[in-house]
Amino acid sequence: MLDDEDRRLLRYWQAEPSLSQGELAERAGMTTGRATRRIVRMQELGVVQGVGAVIDWAALGYAVEVSLRVTLDKTQGNAFDAFLAEARKVPEVIEIQTFLGRVDVRLSIIARDMAHYQQIYRSRVLGLPHISEIEALMHVARIKTSKGLPL
Amino acid sequence: MIEIDAIDGRLLRALARDATQSAGALGRRLGLSQPATWRRIRRLEAAGVIRGRQLRLDGGKLGFGVTVFLGVKLALRGRVSLEDFERAVTAIPEVQTVEHVLGLFDYRLRVVARDIPDFERVLRRRIMTLPGAGEVEANVLLSEERLPGPL
Repeated sequence: MLDDEDRRLLRYWQAEPSLSQGELAERAGMTTGRATRRIVRMQELGVVQGVGAVIDWAALGYAVEVSLRVTLDKTQGNAFDAFLAEARKVPEVIEIQTFLGRVDVRLSIIARDMAHYQQIYRSRVLGLPHISEIEALMHVARIKTSKGLPL
Repeated sequence: MIEIDAIDGRLLRALARDATQSAGALGRRLGLSQPATWRRIRRLEAAGVIRGRQLRLDGGKLGFGVTVFLGVKLALRGRVSLEDFERAVTAIPEVQTVEHVLGLFDYRLRVVARDIPDFERVLRRRIMTLPGAGEVEANVLLSEERLPGPL
């Protein structure tokens, strides 16, 4: 589906997502027209989903980030859907992932400080439906941030 | 930390979704002039609220069918250097993110692989051989969604 030139474009693009299509074409050693055609095609195929800004929540005063690993009560048929629908309504939840493994769902939650976190945990998280177990991992530092796929 | 108003919040939300929009186009949607929009974006960038930009790719369509989150506990705590572990784990191309956490595990890794046998290869040859790596728990990612957060 994709060839080496496509992958080359993606490698440069994911390393520097702010590059214009002209700059990208130059790095990848092709004409802007050729690069643009390839990019448009990869967008149409859904390989390229877009470029988004990465928000640093700590800079906005959200100093605390916690990963909540949740195990659900699977005897309830709708446990996943009901839990996810309610979790989406909590504004401080910034990411929801579902898994195959010992953990069913993971929520990333941000808070201004520990007191704020405790308030969210008590008033919003514990009230989410069908939870059978919760474990918290407190985020200390980001050692490596995503530089994309090993293309 | 900077104070942001409701318009900054909407601007951040729009940029997180699509950072390629021009200040003019964003301004029209928010009822701002192009220069006013541009000034707000510059201010958010200068304050570090916008940490950067990220190219979103569909890993599955690029042949990376499996994403696994690993919880890693260091063995012989205190005797291994965190720096050695961090340096070695950061250098593995299949490891997309590394987070230092507090709780059940010491580190949380996001690993991409082509398929389960490929993941097993990464796990055995790269992860299990890391200096100081102890107990490892794997959860295979089934779905993930990012939410706008408290903006």
